[in-house]
Amino acid sequence: MTTGKVIGIVSNLVTVLTDGPVAENELCYINLKGTNLLAEVIKVNGDKASVQVFESTRGLRDGDSVTFLGKMLEVTLGPGLLGSVYDGLQNDLTTMKDIFLKRGEYTNPLDHVKLWPFKPVAKPGDKVMAADWLGEVTEGWLPHKIMVPFSFKGEYTVKSVAPEGEYNIDKVIAVLESENGEDVEVTMTQKWPVKVAVRAYREKPRPDRIMETGVRVIDSFNPIAEGGTGFIPGPFGCGKTVLQHAIAKQGEADVIVMAACGERANEVVEIFTEFPELIDPHTGRHLMERTTIICNTSNMPVAAREASVYTAMTICEYYRAMGLRCLLLADSTSRWAQALREMSNRMEELPGADAFPVDLSSIISNFYARAGMVILNNGQRGAVTFIGTVSPAGGNLKEPVTESTKKAARCFYSLEQNRADQKRYPAVNPIDSYSKYLEYPEIVDYLDKKVEKGWVDKIIHAKMIVRRGKEMADQINILGDDGVPMSYHEAFWKSELIDFAFLQQDAFDDIDSLSPMERQKYMLDLILDICGHHFEFDNYEECSAYFKKMINILRQMNYSTFEDGQFNSYRGQLTKLIQENGN
Amino acid sequence: MATKAFQKIYTKLESITKATVSLHATGVANDELATVAGRLAQVVKTKGDLVTLQVFAGTENIPTDAEVSFLGAPPTLKVSDQLAGRFFNAYGKPIDGGPEVEGEEREVGGPSVNPYKRRQPSELIPTGIAGIDLNNTIVSGQKIPFFADPDQPYNQVMADVAMRADVDKIILGGMGLTNDDYLFFRHAFESAGALDRIVSFVNTTEDPPVERLLVPDMVLAAAEYFAVDKNEKVLVLLTDMTLYADALSIVSNRMDQIPSKDSMPGSLYSDLAKIYEKAVQLPTGGSITIIAVTTLNDGDITHAIPDNTGYITEGQLFLRADSDSGKVIIDPFRSLSRLKQNVQNKKTREDHSQVMNAGVRLYADAQNAKTKQENGFDLSDYDRRCLDYAVEYATRLLSIDVNIRIEEMLDTAWQLFAKYFSPAETGIRQTLIDKYWPKNAD
Repeated sequence: MTTGKVIGIVSNLVTVLTDGPVAENELCYINLKGTNLLAEVIKVNGDKASVQVFESTRGLRDGDSVTFLGKMLEVTLGPGLLGSVYDGLQNDLTTMKDIFLKRGEYTNPLDHVKLWPFKPVAKPGDKVMAADWLGEVTEGWLPHKIMVPFSFKGEYTVKSVAPEGEYNIDKVIAVLESENGEDVEVTMTQKWPVKVAVRAYREKPRPDRIMETGVRVIDSFNPIAEGGTGFIPGPFGCGKTVLQHAIAKQGEADVIVMAACGERANEVVEIFTEFPELIDPHTGRHLMERTTIICNTSNMPVAAREASVYTAMTICEYYRAMGLRCLLLADSTSRWAQALREMSNRMEELPGADAFPVDLSSIISNFYARAGMVILNNGQRGAVTFIGTVSPAGGNLKEPVTESTKKAARCFYSLEQNRADQKRYPAVNPIDSYSKYLEYPEIVDYLDKKVEKGWVDKIIHAKMIVRRGKEMADQINILGDDGVPMSYHEAFWKSELIDFAFLQQDAFDDIDSLSPMERQKYMLDLILDICGHHFEFDNYEECSAYFKKMINILRQMNYSTFEDGQFNSYRGQLTKLIQENGN
Repeated sequence: MATKAFQKIYTKLESITKATVSLHATGVANDELATVAGRLAQVVKTKGDLVTLQVFAGTENIPTDAEVSFLGAPPTLKVSDQLAGRFFNAYGKPIDGGPEVEGEEREVGGPSVNPYKRRQPSELIPTGIAGIDLNNTIVSGQKIPFFADPDQPYNQVMADVAMRADVDKIILGGMGLTNDDYLFFRHAFESAGALDRIVSFVNTTEDPPVERLLVPDMVLAAAEYFAVDKNEKVLVLLTDMTLYADALSIVSNRMDQIPSKDSMPGSLYSDLAKIYEKAVQLPTGGSITIIAVTTLNDGDITHAIPDNTGYITEGQLFLRADSDSGKVIIDPFRSLSRLKQNVQNKKTREDHSQVMNAGVRLYADAQNAKTKQENGFDLSDYDRRCLDYAVEYATRLLSIDVNIRIEEMLDTAWQLFAKYFSPAETGIRQTLIDKYWPKNAD
């Protein structure tokens, strides 16, 4: 095993003089007075390796010893991942004793004592390869498949599978025979290097259906596909986190992995305080049972920030291989990019734009490419949907992280300061935001069947009304209320109607926060019907007063239980109001 | 083990910059303290046996043969109840003429709290200022800065908030305070008779700028002592964090690091987060709440310092002079408390969040009307009512000189709604209108 000694320290970048071969991204332990600090090789120059340390380097000395581990950063995959709270290196934060994080304290990611009810799936004699299912345990309510480890190459023959029974994760549940006749034992767990994409599937076709989130501006206006990618850029205070939490709570997925990457600790606290109480609207089970939290908050070691998003992605890929729908939310990928910048800076590399490393764009697109819908070897489908947030410096979208992400992600949910200032939440800009999936014929077909024939055209029509309203508003601002024809006011207020009654949504209201597709269709039909009417007004004040009344009734409908008495009575009021004027 | 480094004295400096010195030395630990010609310094970089030290007091008049000795430990603070009522400099040495504090010596800038051991902040901190309590409610365990231009009375507001807040300890970290402001705080604390629950660490403009880098760590070490060891509710005041960040950029510049945006070091986000994330609600009841000041350059929040701060803190309070009411107000558009929903309608009245949103939305309508007016267009009746409402809303609720209870703020808002608007124009949920709309209004 290669060893070395410390010859340079700048913050968490340590230079090591090595006595043998080292690999890029290889891990090592730096011995600080008996405490092992985990670090990763990020550059090698002759016999000098630059390593980023995943812990504080306070007290480290010139000459301290280093042991290289001969492996990359790995995660442990197996039953028990769901409901866990990990740091970026997959240490279980819940089993740590102290209030303060202790340097060099590494805890087991999975419970080795707990027994899982195991059922065999494969039979002796079966030919299997990496990611094929050997057995199944029940984790929460999900069938958790025990698979041939992803790292196995070639074909294997199943020699034996454990009978149905309760076992812990270390139990050998199958013995496989390799092509050259060696016996290999398989337990319920396996390890996988986080920076390597799991490719143990048959194919990765284009996404062909929508993942519902219950958020109207997403599901109807800019839907994200199951297995799709999206990103949410926005200045601070525009509701990025609130929107992400709403998606996490309501997203139509079997497994949610939330990577809190360099963000506020209190936001993570909010997740693990609220999620155990909250019920998944799709299954009626506790949200925490389908959620894994990877948390590297902004005050935790910077180098582990990068690890945290990769750890989260690998866990998603693992569950995808079981034929499940996974949703990965990373808040915020800008912090990860900044961590890359800090290291590149300390290594005195030539900087790219805004001092970010020059390969930032390729790192980001490689990561987004790991999401996707796949067809497994057994023909079943699994998906990883990925939504990342981006925190553009100064709220300016012309900065390297936003620009690089825009090239990689298919949905763009642009949060706008101006909308947030006006408390128009979610502050997703209805005109600039887009979903490329609306252009996929597969998705159009899917929506035709799922919602109604011609749904996408209806959405395009609604977007048109909003866009026209914006143009009218500009005209009114330039020419004055009296300087424009009444039709301008009407067009403007019709777009306001869509904005207030459909695009805006109260994430903190029990009813309004979650809007199923059926309800979205009902409301949009209602609103578009109003927009189709021509109204007569004597002056623009009458126009705005009339539409405000309408908006108020529609909002009250949004706050009421769908199609109950209260809801229908508001519906009646609305009909009456339309009859008073519209024709 | 090598022989203890701090016994050896070095007398040959290889290089000197305005903020750092470098020398050959062995057995030196990262982050360790040293003295250079009697001035305190800290190890920031080692390369082989070439050690770079950041000299807090600056390097003026330090000769190449200055005596350097290493102290074998990172910066520490002696913590005990004796801290209460005292004023210290950035090194934790008394500046009030009193004796040295005795107590347990603790490393400052220590590790972070395990996020899983935190509790959700859920205790309201009332300040009497409606711009805060009504629109941007502060919660214990929160971290929130004032964003203010240098001419705004931010230190006065912060002192008001501190004196009214129901907390066990107030710890002031002054970075680059003018002597006048230092004396202002001192006087405010003394005249409130609150000195026994206040600890202050002060670096004034008369002190070297790099010393400021120690202040937040000292303050937070003291805060952690009271919050973790004594289960107390601690309020930390940090002013001015912009000057702290400036000191960071001085050091990184002298170390030849490549600057990122606005010539700030690339690690600015992490450096600030390390401080602000010390705000915590502990399971044992203790808490650290941080209220800071970030001064802006002509309201520019896109500058790297306020920008990074905004991404770290749980909201910001934006001070602005309002020309219509002639008051300094807490800007309802640019201000935000991210934790307000933890207490609004739960620890406060059920109508709180809806009243808040309606009040701000109508104020936004008034801004639109004002734009119209400035462009010389005719105003509608609604526009005129909005404008009148805006002046009264700013005077009676947004202004920083307001000091009333939250129920009074809510009642005031309802009165203003009834005075200027119809229930439908407020967009408030009908059940709340039925209950709270003033009955004497038409």
